[in-house]
Amino acid sequence: MKISLGPLLYYWPRAAVFDFYERAAVSAADIVYLGETVCSKRRELGPEDWLAIARTLARAGKEVVLSTLVLIEAESELGVLRRCCDQDEFMVEANDVGAIQLLAQRGRPFVAGPAINNYNARSLALLQRSGLRRWVMPVELPGDVLRDIVSDLDAASLKGAVETETFAYGRLPLAYSARCFTARAHNLPKDQCEFRCLQHPQGIALKAQDGRALFTLNGIQTMSAAIQNLGSQWQALADRGVDVLRVSPETPDSLDVVTELAQAIREDRPAGSTDGADICNGYWTGAAGMLWNTTESA
Amino acid sequence: MQPAPQPGQIELVCPAGNLPSLQAAVDNGADAVYFGFADDTNARHFPGLNFNPDTAARGVAYAHARGRKAFLAINTYPRPRIWPRWREAVDRGAELGVDALIVADFGLMEYARERHPQLALHLSVQGSATNQQALRFYTERFGIRRAVIPRVLSATQVGRLAAQSPVPLEVFGFGSLCIMAEGRCHLSSYLTGDSPNMSGVCSPAWAVRWEQNGAALEARLNGVLIDRYGTTDRASYPTLCKGRFEVDGHVFHALEEPTSLNTLQILPQLAQAGVRAIKIEGRQRSPAYVAQVARVWRQALDLLARSPQGYAARSDWMRALAALSEGSQTTLGAYHRPWQ
Repeated sequence: MKISLGPLLYYWPRAAVFDFYERAAVSAADIVYLGETVCSKRRELGPEDWLAIARTLARAGKEVVLSTLVLIEAESELGVLRRCCDQDEFMVEANDVGAIQLLAQRGRPFVAGPAINNYNARSLALLQRSGLRRWVMPVELPGDVLRDIVSDLDAASLKGAVETETFAYGRLPLAYSARCFTARAHNLPKDQCEFRCLQHPQGIALKAQDGRALFTLNGIQTMSAAIQNLGSQWQALADRGVDVLRVSPETPDSLDVVTELAQAIREDRPAGSTDGADICNGYWTGAAGMLWNTTESA
Repeated sequence: MQPAPQPGQIELVCPAGNLPSLQAAVDNGADAVYFGFADDTNARHFPGLNFNPDTAARGVAYAHARGRKAFLAINTYPRPRIWPRWREAVDRGAELGVDALIVADFGLMEYARERHPQLALHLSVQGSATNQQALRFYTERFGIRRAVIPRVLSATQVGRLAAQSPVPLEVFGFGSLCIMAEGRCHLSSYLTGDSPNMSGVCSPAWAVRWEQNGAALEARLNGVLIDRYGTTDRASYPTLCKGRFEVDGHVFHALEEPTSLNTLQILPQLAQAGVRAIKIEGRQRSPAYVAQVARVWRQALDLLARSPQGYAARSDWMRALAALSEGSQTTLGAYHRPWQ
């Protein structure tokens, strides 16, 4: 079982990003995904900065993957995407079908991110012929369905050719919109957002009127309020065919989650929870994503 | 009965949740109708809705006898154990002689292409193609003949995309407004376990509960409070992205108001952009609704075809559509940049 650090979904100041990845370089993560996946206006770091971090991490022995924007609408966004797909130093995580098209054209291997709708082995087999090496399950996919998909991959002799990665820790990326909800919460138009996401390094909490935490607003992205944490079930994940556990950076301390997971894997025991935040695991058990199900283990 | 459409015009694609709606759409000027089977193979998997093999055959015959097209939506994502049902839906669509399948899943598109190469494929909005490279992928791999575009692009972006697209585009013109990129929204499954991609539903009816709490009427979805109404408020269905929530101490429609999309006012712009078809949302609505909406849009498209320069959205059309809309209000949604 490998551990990955997913792309940073929030907008952090430049120095905080460099600090975080300096620490990530000496963390137990095997794979690090880098780049802006949520909003093309977030430019604290440019493509060259990300490449510099990528090279540092690669020198530290990490497998580095460059993650692309999820919702690609503007020509300028396609331009950035094209440059990312043109480089051949690092593998790319495609988060939009347009990225798959560009990577396949160039004969480049790629990872299909969680926003690519892979719900069956036939879809994966098709992408595999176009260069797919690893897929990150759509966050809503239950563990039982994963077992069936991996079994189908196996039957097609593709089990070794395609790795499976699961979103194991962090607020779940649930939806993407044309509208910027952070700007809306600040009563600002999207085109004059004043980069308010910088003020919200963990997004903005959205609660029901009775105070129950529901979602997290992160620019055009809507995330879960609860942190999905499958660390205590990682052995069941492995059993279902998961090869890589993704830890999504929530705070700089999320690297402690990586440390604990790595230790739990070495010692072959369930990982402990390292924080007191609201947690959920419903999706994995085939239930509503927001739920925490303590009985499921297999 | 409206006359059959002229070639080259923008096609009016209307929803058919059942046979009476399909007939109402055809009788009131739809150029094409779209429908699904009565299960989770399509994105409007609602109780009491949709077609069995017999009504589907009658619906297709009704449309074809009047020179209209019938599209079959098989636009959810099949998982391994239930894959055979999706495959059979594709085969049945081919047998029915539908004019196109509306599909989203890579694997299913590949199957349809191999098994029924003569059958036209339209990329469903659930396929979430918002740029020309994504459209090229679907066109090169599966030979799609048309793509339905998510409601996330501005009118200007639609124009640019239409100019670069390898296939004709269909855009949403009227109906319930999805504010998230379709096919990439898991909000419903996060709260209820059922999602558009897997179950063909958003904010499913089984999860809705109305509760009187003192003077307040509360709308809950799987126990989660979506909105709370006073005696003078107009309550609406608790679609989870259209509730009032608390953000930073303020209670408001943090994601979107209960409102419907209406693009009558920018129809000339969409025509200019080269959009091939306008899709009307609402397979879950009544035959009377479908009839009324189809009638207004038929008049609008005919006026535009007759007099592209003199077109203006008539106030009686706007009133008629507003009366049928969520919260009695309409918006241009993402087509209008300031909405974003």
